[in-house]
Amino acid sequence: MIHKIQHRFHIAKYQKSLLGIMFVLPAICLLFTFLILPAIMAGKYSFYNYSILKPENMNFIGLTNYTDVLQSKAFWKTMTNTFYFVVVVVPFQSSLALLMAILINKKSRITNVFRIGFFSPVITSIVVISILWTFMYAKEGLINNFLSIFGIPNQPFLTSEKQAMNSIIFMSAWQASGYFMMIFLAGLKEIPETLYEAAAIDGANKFKQFIHVTVPGLRNVIKFVVVVTTIHAFKLFQQPFIMTGGGPNGSTQTVVQMIYKEGFQYRNAGYSSTIAILFFIVIAAVSTLIQKLIKDRSY
Amino acid sequence: MKKLNKRHIIDIGSLILRTLFFLVFIAPLLWLVVSSFKQEMNIFKDMGSLSAFIPKDLFLGNYTKAFQRADLIKYVMNSMFYVFLITLFGMIVNSLCGYGLAKLKVPYSKQILKFIIALIIIPFETIILPLFLIVNNFGWVNSFQALIVPFIANCFNIYLFKQFFSGIPDEFLEAARVDGASDLRTFLQIVLPQSTTVFATVFILTFVAHWGDFMWPLIVASDDSVRTIQVGLQFLFTNPPQLYGVILAGLTFSTIPLAIIFLMFQKYYVQSAASSGLKG
Repeated sequence: MIHKIQHRFHIAKYQKSLLGIMFVLPAICLLFTFLILPAIMAGKYSFYNYSILKPENMNFIGLTNYTDVLQSKAFWKTMTNTFYFVVVVVPFQSSLALLMAILINKKSRITNVFRIGFFSPVITSIVVISILWTFMYAKEGLINNFLSIFGIPNQPFLTSEKQAMNSIIFMSAWQASGYFMMIFLAGLKEIPETLYEAAAIDGANKFKQFIHVTVPGLRNVIKFVVVVTTIHAFKLFQQPFIMTGGGPNGSTQTVVQMIYKEGFQYRNAGYSSTIAILFFIVIAAVSTLIQKLIKDRSY
Repeated sequence: MKKLNKRHIIDIGSLILRTLFFLVFIAPLLWLVVSSFKQEMNIFKDMGSLSAFIPKDLFLGNYTKAFQRADLIKYVMNSMFYVFLITLFGMIVNSLCGYGLAKLKVPYSKQILKFIIALIIIPFETIILPLFLIVNNFGWVNSFQALIVPFIANCFNIYLFKQFFSGIPDEFLEAARVDGASDLRTFLQIVLPQSTTVFATVFILTFVAHWGDFMWPLIVASDDSVRTIQVGLQFLFTNPPQLYGVILAGLTFSTIPLAIIFLMFQKYYVQSAASSGLKG
C-alpha cells in the first residue's frame, strides 16, 4: 500500500518536472540549433583549413589560422579602425545623450517637443539613415551647401581617408543618442531633488552639482550605457558597407566587414571563423573590463 | 536683481542650445521627407537655402517611380511578415521558457538560466557563417524560414519573461492549482492576462531589432520573392541611375510601418529603455 502511494507520488513528481521540461524545451532546442551549435562550429572551424567551396578538403591545422590572422596587416587595420570608432563614438555619443537629457529634464510642453525631436532618428533604420547621410555628405550635398554659407570650402566627408570614419561616427551618434537620452532621463528622475538643494546650500554651482550629485547618482546608468554602446559599436558594419564600402583606401573597413568578406565572398570558413572568435574574445574582454572599471571607482 | 539676470542668461543659453540641438536632429529627417515630394531639379536648386526644408511641389512622381524601380510595397510586406512571425513565435516560445524557469519544476533550472544569460554575450557576427551553413543545410536559403526560425528563441527575452513571472506571487498560482487548473491552464488563464506589459515590451523590442536587420537578409534572402525592405532599399540605392528624389521617396515610404508600430508601443519601448538603465 505504502509502496503504491510512494510510487504514485514519484509518478506525480516525474510528471511535474516533465511538464516543466515541456515548457522549456522548445526554446532550448532552438537555442541549441541556431546559437550554441553554430558557436561551437565557429570555434571548431577556427582550427581548420576549410573552404566552403571544397568541404571535402577540410583539415585540422592547429593554430595556423590564428597566427595568420594575427600577422595579417588587413586584420590589424580593421581592428584599428574598429577600435577608433569605439573609442570616439562611445564617449561622444554618451555625453551627447547625457547633455540632451539634462537640457530637457524639466516637464513642460516645449521640452516634450524637444524630446520627440531628439528621439526621432531612433525610429528610422540604419540603412535608411546611411543612405540619407550619404546624400547629405555628398560633394554637392546638404551639409557642404550649409557650410558654404560660412565660407567653408567643400569637405570630402566620405571620400577622404581622414574624414570618412569621423563622418560615420557623427552620423551614428546622431542616430542613436536619442535612445540613450531616454535612459539618462529615467536615471535623472531617480536622483532626489533634495540632494541638489543641499549642494546648492553648500555653495556648489551648477557645474559642481553636476560633478558631485548628477554623475554619482547616475553611476549605474552610465555603466549600462557605456557597456551597451561599446558592444554595439564593435559591431559596426552597415554604415561603412553602405556609405563607403570600407573605403577610401580601407579607412572604414571594420572587423565585422572582414568576417563577412572572408566568409561570404572568399568562402574561407576557417579564416573567417578565426576572426569571428577573436572578435568575440575582444568584445567579452572589453565589456568585462569596463564593468570592472566603473564598478571599482567611487565618485 | 543681479542674480536674476544671471539665471535668465543661463535659461536663455539653455533654450538656444536646445533649439540648436533640435534643429540638428530634425533637419535631416525634414529634408528627407520634404525632398521626397520635390522634382529632382528642385531638390538640388533648393539645397543652398532654407527652401531645402520647405515643401513646394507635392510631387508624387518620385514615389511612383520608386515603386516601379523596386517592388518596395512587396519588400515592406515581406519585412512586416517575417518580423511579425519572429515576434509572434518568439513571444510564445520565450514566455513558455521563462515561465517554466520561474514557476515550474525544471531540473537544473538555475543552471539553465545562468547558461542562457551567459549566451547573451555571443555576438551574432561570430556565429553568422556557421549559422548560414546550418540554414543552407536545411535548404532554407531564399525562404522565409531562414529569416524567421533562427531568431525565435532569444536569450534576452527569456530572461525578461523569467524576471517578470518570478514577480508573480506563488500563492496566486497555488490558488488556481487548488481549483484544479493544470499548469498550462494556469499559465494561459491566470498568468497571461496580467502580463500585457512584458509581452508588449518584448514585442516592441523584437520588432525594432529585426526591422533593421540587414546583413543576415543580405546573405540568405537575396531572391526578389523574399527580399526585405532594408535590402531592397540598398538595391534601389546602388542601382544606377541614382536619383535623389526616387531614393528619398523609398526611404520615407519604408519608415512608415516602423513609425506606426512605434507610436502604438512607444510607452513600452521607453519604459524598457528606462528600466534597463536603472537596473544597470
